[in-house]
Amino acid sequence: MGFPHKSHPKETVVLSQYFGDADARTIKGWTKRGGYEALAQALTMDPVAVTDVVKESGLRGRGGAGFPTGLKWSFMPKEKTRPHYLCVNADESEPGTFKDREIMRWTPHALLEGTAIAAHAIRAEIAYIYIRGEFTEPWTIMERALADGNAAGVFGSIKIHLHRGAGAYICGEETALMNSIEGKRGNPRIKPPFPAAAGLFGLPTTINNVETLAAVPHILKRGAAWYKGLSLSNPKSTGTKLFSVCGHVQRPGNYEVTMGFPLKDLLYDMCGGPPAGRTLKACIPGGSSVPILTREETEACLLDYEGVVERGSMLGSGGVIVFDDSADMVYQIMRLARFYAHESCAQCTQCREGTAWTTKIMERILAGQGKPKDLDLLLDLSENMTGKTICVLSDSCAAPIVSGIKKFRGEFEAYLAGKRQPVMVG
Amino acid sequence: MADGMITLTIDGAPVTVPAGTLVIEAAKQAGVLVPHYCYHPGLAVAGVCRMCLVEVEKAPKLQIACATTVTEGMVVKTQSAQAKDARQSVLEFLLINHPLDCPICDQAGECELQDFVFQEGQAGTRFAEFAKRFNPVEDFGPDVLYVPNRCILCTRCVRFMEDVAKEPVLNVSERGDRAFIGIHPEARLDHPWAGNVVDLCPVGSLLSKDFLHKARAWELDKTASICTGCSQGCSITLDTRDDVVVRVRPRPNLDVNRYFICDHGRMHYRWMNRGDRIEAPLIRHDGELRAVDWDEALDRVVGILRGASGKAVALVSPGASSEALAAAKRLLSGFHWTGAFQVVMGEEAPLAGVPNLALRSERAPNAKGAEQLGYTRDYAPALAAAKTAAVVLVLDDPDCTVETNGALIYLGTVLGENAPCRSADVVLPITNVAEEEGTFVNRDGREQRYFQAKPAPAMAQSAAWVLGELAQAIGLAEVS
Repeated sequence: MGFPHKSHPKETVVLSQYFGDADARTIKGWTKRGGYEALAQALTMDPVAVTDVVKESGLRGRGGAGFPTGLKWSFMPKEKTRPHYLCVNADESEPGTFKDREIMRWTPHALLEGTAIAAHAIRAEIAYIYIRGEFTEPWTIMERALADGNAAGVFGSIKIHLHRGAGAYICGEETALMNSIEGKRGNPRIKPPFPAAAGLFGLPTTINNVETLAAVPHILKRGAAWYKGLSLSNPKSTGTKLFSVCGHVQRPGNYEVTMGFPLKDLLYDMCGGPPAGRTLKACIPGGSSVPILTREETEACLLDYEGVVERGSMLGSGGVIVFDDSADMVYQIMRLARFYAHESCAQCTQCREGTAWTTKIMERILAGQGKPKDLDLLLDLSENMTGKTICVLSDSCAAPIVSGIKKFRGEFEAYLAGKRQPVMVG
Repeated sequence: MADGMITLTIDGAPVTVPAGTLVIEAAKQAGVLVPHYCYHPGLAVAGVCRMCLVEVEKAPKLQIACATTVTEGMVVKTQSAQAKDARQSVLEFLLINHPLDCPICDQAGECELQDFVFQEGQAGTRFAEFAKRFNPVEDFGPDVLYVPNRCILCTRCVRFMEDVAKEPVLNVSERGDRAFIGIHPEARLDHPWAGNVVDLCPVGSLLSKDFLHKARAWELDKTASICTGCSQGCSITLDTRDDVVVRVRPRPNLDVNRYFICDHGRMHYRWMNRGDRIEAPLIRHDGELRAVDWDEALDRVVGILRGASGKAVALVSPGASSEALAAAKRLLSGFHWTGAFQVVMGEEAPLAGVPNLALRSERAPNAKGAEQLGYTRDYAPALAAAKTAAVVLVLDDPDCTVETNGALIYLGTVLGENAPCRSADVVLPITNVAEEEGTFVNRDGREQRYFQAKPAPAMAQSAAWVLGELAQAIGLAEVS
């Protein structure tokens, strides 16, 4: 549903069915609504069979990369010789994304159930749910739900731990998250080795996003075919997806739609479009790390993994940031760059120095001190920051710069030419 | 092809290396140095500086040579336009916050940032009109200063303290371009092996207080030597400027000390530069020691040896070369011979991350060599026996409290105002380890050669030469 707004008829409500329903938070309420049936069913199944169902459903990772979930699970060693771990990435820190927060706030047991099913499928004894440090309310709710679930004995032999982050964006990167759980500085690790070979504490590990795991109980209960059928455009993208819409729309919030749903309908029908008297200018469809779409691209975009790529961006985490014609794109892009400069873990040279340098140039342009060559310089730096580092944080800083300059060059040039009132930042 | 060997092509040249070798190491064998900062063969791979990006055919993007393992048939191009551009951009990023204060930096001339910028960087900067990052200099430990402005965050120092010294007092503090190397607030960088972080630092960010502003790198002459600090026998380089030893650095030796030396060894060099040396042979004449030339001095010793018989005692330093020790033994072979040495003891300080590497409690480089030649550790009995011996030879032991009714021959580097050996009949000036070539045998029985780093002062000669001349003069054949 379009939490905190009323559900919209065009939504396909699966994960968000009980958003706003406080009774569903309790284990009693959850069980009454059919909760933990899927887990009970899964625990009687062979782990491989569980994985096969998820594979068949076409479920793909909802954290941003869109990697097929069942395939990821099947990467775990066939012969189990050492402990296996499951990590749940609840460190939702991508600017513009707030879907996992609502899942944990309203349906904590859905996450716990999905977690236990996944742990069973990958034959992990222990699962860690890594919750973003700033998520105080979801943390309290998850703690309570876990205690209730443990008391009810629903998880069988699977032990679930909650681990609280300390506020670093980069800890949402899967290997940084593992370092953080291990008590180390949250720096991404070089890959290979991949987590399925050597992850948490050097042991085989699978890491999944909250929304991904919350979908798993539904898939087990209602069947892979049902989930696979939830697809409006491309058969490679199935199921429902929560979109967190923020920015210049009349009804921001979380909306759940079937894969392939038109972005235009999401923004105009469900969110009520831009404020009165304003028109849509641009949209970041998948959280701050993906390229910016123009109005034309936005209105032609279908919300599935392939559809957004076709328009030149990525589905990412489903954090939709909307800009109307009052938005200063140069300022907005500076804010994004500043975020990445602030959050760079400082390991890789290009990212440590590049994000900060990019921010300085953006600030200079806004302050009316830009140089004629600054746009070329920004593009060149972005090129040097893309595809050369351990993780994609520096790529993420470059993406909005490159797409922003390409699509809104006029606004940059207005600052450079002194045709815009300088904005003092810093 | 042999089992477990992989053949790949690096810059057009085929090279065969064991499976599991990293591309950066395979490249070295092909004669190609891939520029790098964070990688060091003695440390865990970090893969963070991104300097060693190379093109690997069929890989979708550039790979870091330090974290890529060789595969059969792999084709690596370190000099492709793409790879060079990527490395040039890393250099540009590294330089934007680097102060370029090379004229006052101790590292200048042996700085990897200088070297690789010279090799493949670009002239000029595009980081115009911004202030560079500034952080004040930090006093990390007894011998280490941290100059954060020069730091390129390669983390070699952090990894050394964490994985090799196993005393993780250093860290990366803060994030983004605010990052710097931090030290635990209650800790000091005073681990007995901490000085290695200065060698590991590829730039002038970690400095040795001992070497601070002493010399420019290009003024130094470097000589392969063996550390005399203890019985471990670490391979070192003696850095001399104008024939003065100014610095000791480790020389890689995978069998003994890998890439490291302890701080005791590092600081154990000032005595090599002592100014109060014995400059000429001295012989006793009318009760006084008098300077003479070598011929006269050697004649006097030959006379003593020919006129004596019975018991002879050699009291030697376990820091003397095996050559000198062997020559002394041969010289006294006509007597009823006893040879002994004593070893100064200290605290043992292992380097936890490297097996069989420690500052050893025996603070002598050649105790094992002396033992192999028949010298014993029974020093007190030898000292007592010296009283009644016909001839006593003291080799490089200025504090030896010997008393004898026989003849006392002292070979040494120094002779203090009140040294007991002032009572010697003959005093012969010899060279120290920095002034001669010789062999030490370390505690594990490893014979290791050291070389002459600076000229001998005045008339001093190596003990091996002096004793050899004497043996020849009294008609003893060379031992083959």
